Amino acid sequence: MAVSTTSSTVMNNVEAVRATLYEAMKNDDRTIILGEDVGARGNVFLITKDFINEFGPQRVIDTPIAEASIVGIAVGMAMEGLRPIAEIQFADFIYPAFNQIVGEAAKTRYRSNGEYTCPLVIRTPYGGGVRGALSHSVSIEALFYHVPGLKIVAPAFPADVKGLLNAAIDDPDPVLFLEHKKTYRLIKGEVPDGHYTIPLGKASVLKEGTQLTVVSYGLYVHWALEAAQSLANEGMSIEVIDLRSIRPMDKGTILTSVEKTRKLLIVHEDNKFGGIGAEISAMVAEEALFHLDAPIRRHCAPDVPAMGYAEPLEHEYMSSPAKMAGAMRDLVKF
Amino acid sequence: MATTITMPQLGETVTEGTVAQWLKKVGDTVEKYEPFVEVSTDKVNAEVPSPVTGTIREVLVKEGETVATGAAIAVIDEVGAAPEAPPAAVAPAAAPAAAAAAPPSSNGHAAKTQAISAAAPATGGGTPDEALRAASPAVRRLAREHQIDVRAIIGTGANGRVTAEDVLTAAQMGPAAAVGQAIAVGTNFGATGAPASGTSTYGEPIPGTIVPLNQARRIIAQRMVESKHTAPHAWSMVEVDVTNLWKWRTREKDRFERETGYKLTLMPFFIRAVVESLAAFPLMNAKFTAEGIYVNKDVNIGIAIGLATNLVVPVVKHADQLSIKGLAIAGGELIEKARKGKLGVDDLAGGTFTVNNNGANGSYASAPIINAGQAGIVTMEAVVKKPVVLENDAIAVRSMMNCCLSLDHRVVDGYVASGFLADLKKRLEKMGPDGVL
Repeated sequence: MAVSTTSSTVMNNVEAVRATLYEAMKNDDRTIILGEDVGARGNVFLITKDFINEFGPQRVIDTPIAEASIVGIAVGMAMEGLRPIAEIQFADFIYPAFNQIVGEAAKTRYRSNGEYTCPLVIRTPYGGGVRGALSHSVSIEALFYHVPGLKIVAPAFPADVKGLLNAAIDDPDPVLFLEHKKTYRLIKGEVPDGHYTIPLGKASVLKEGTQLTVVSYGLYVHWALEAAQSLANEGMSIEVIDLRSIRPMDKGTILTSVEKTRKLLIVHEDNKFGGIGAEISAMVAEEALFHLDAPIRRHCAPDVPAMGYAEPLEHEYMSSPAKMAGAMRDLVKF
Repeated sequence: MATTITMPQLGETVTEGTVAQWLKKVGDTVEKYEPFVEVSTDKVNAEVPSPVTGTIREVLVKEGETVATGAAIAVIDEVGAAPEAPPAAVAPAAAPAAAAAAPPSSNGHAAKTQAISAAAPATGGGTPDEALRAASPAVRRLAREHQIDVRAIIGTGANGRVTAEDVLTAAQMGPAAAVGQAIAVGTNFGATGAPASGTSTYGEPIPGTIVPLNQARRIIAQRMVESKHTAPHAWSMVEVDVTNLWKWRTREKDRFERETGYKLTLMPFFIRAVVESLAAFPLMNAKFTAEGIYVNKDVNIGIAIGLATNLVVPVVKHADQLSIKGLAIAGGELIEKARKGKLGVDDLAGGTFTVNNNGANGSYASAPIINAGQAGIVTMEAVVKKPVVLENDAIAVRSMMNCCLSLDHRVVDGYVASGFLADLKKRLEKMGPDGVL
């Protein structure tokens, strides 16, 4: 992480996204923001408020409600030398752009034998816990996780939001940048001033421990941390890893930790079946089997199509610090 | 079912072993855990307990012959054993029920598992096959690396599962499970500073609550009961005038510490006298077996070292071949390793007699428990200045120390034991005030 100044400012995640986008727009004329309501409305979370006044409608482009077009146009811009940052208003609506992301953006470098790259960032708010029901709560990472050529980032803290979004903008290939909407205003933290990047594909050990490794990302990182800290009062020593980047996966950090603690719990909001946890679990089973002292466990959403609107249904679908503590306690005691 | 027994690996660096003596012949029956062969290596001599109950069908290696570790040395026909699930079917805690229901294994697989367990014979434990079935990959790997039989460990995990931590604790406790004679007795070596905390700790002793047993405490408890129930203990004590020895040691200690980095306690002088007395009384350096009294060839002295929460007994090998200086250094190294929790299998294996410095906190007499598989244990109690009536009826202030001996009355009687103690007293009283370390 190259920090050019030591001073910092307290921000929440939404402010961190806004500050980083603003800086990118300021520093590089090639930067284009496009998406639904990003212009006059200034984004539904006010992330790009007033950007259109300062940078003009040529660089802050309000699009129709047509996700395939948003990403398709952005792919073309990226291939021809611009630095587009496309926004999908809610991850729940990303599906029409699936072909443009998976079939075009992710394959550009390979298909053109390296002649073209696709330096595209697709930002989108995702995740539940906000009574968003079926169309404003979805986790979509696993659907794109399978795709080589695509990077997926899901930061949890404001400082990581800035460092990783800068890295995503700098990256010569497409990056899907996932922002957990419940953390937008809930999570605040110090954000270093000035330009810096955090390398994509590098996890962060938030809390060291000896008895269990917990791997998570997004909102659940905060809850996992809370659960691990509460279990410290019961004498349990739990290591918490924030993936930050879902893909590339930081195998080294995960394996080093599991070889120390010998137990692994993967926690994510997305469904369990075929999720991020499945890949991490398989990787650890392949590379660290003889260090494991317990079955690898995944604490994830149940296999139902979505979280319901009704509060009890949402609670049932989502985890909580208490539920996570239960899963952690079971595995420590195993 | 035939079980092939292989040459065990009796130490990390050991690659081969010599069959010193077959304790059982072809056709003899052997109980599970009963020693059936004595193996010697350049590190240790050990009796290898049988992993199964059965009849010796074949002896593949002659006495005196040396073979590589892992080489087949005997075949035992197992009797009355239920067919075991093949190890391949044992998914780590995945489905114990499924494993239990698996069909009887091919002999190849089962024989291999049994062969491995011979390297680290069990000494106890409740439901051995359950323990093995639930052993995680980490437990299996660590058990193999430390040559510990998982079935000998009482698990602290859910439903009594043996955890990786349990294996490491057992490894730190020493190869009691591997060679059957490491964990002993006594308390508080303590003469050279505060004991470091071991890897395991007690819970806080809150009145009216139960402090859960950790692995170390379980093993110590098991061995103490085993020794007390198996070996009829007899006890004797002599009072030794160590005035001259004390002077000698006091004069040498600063220079010694400067030159070697190790403290010079009374312990090496004491061990020197003990090994000389053992040479004079070889039955005290022996052990009781069903066939008779086995008199040990080597003199390997275990030193009881009390740590904050457990007890380890590392062994000074061939102590009879070391000078007082050599004993002080060898002992100092072991104590240092013990406090750092770095004692290896080789450091703890092969003891033939044990000494215990019990006097550091002022104990005047004690009745130690014998380290199972040995004939005796002797303590050094506190050195106390006393008025003593000398041979010429004069009264003088002398430094006096009691030495207490517990002996396995199956091996020797009081006649030999008191002879040994008198000999030890004589040797100690002859030491100093001058001499060569």
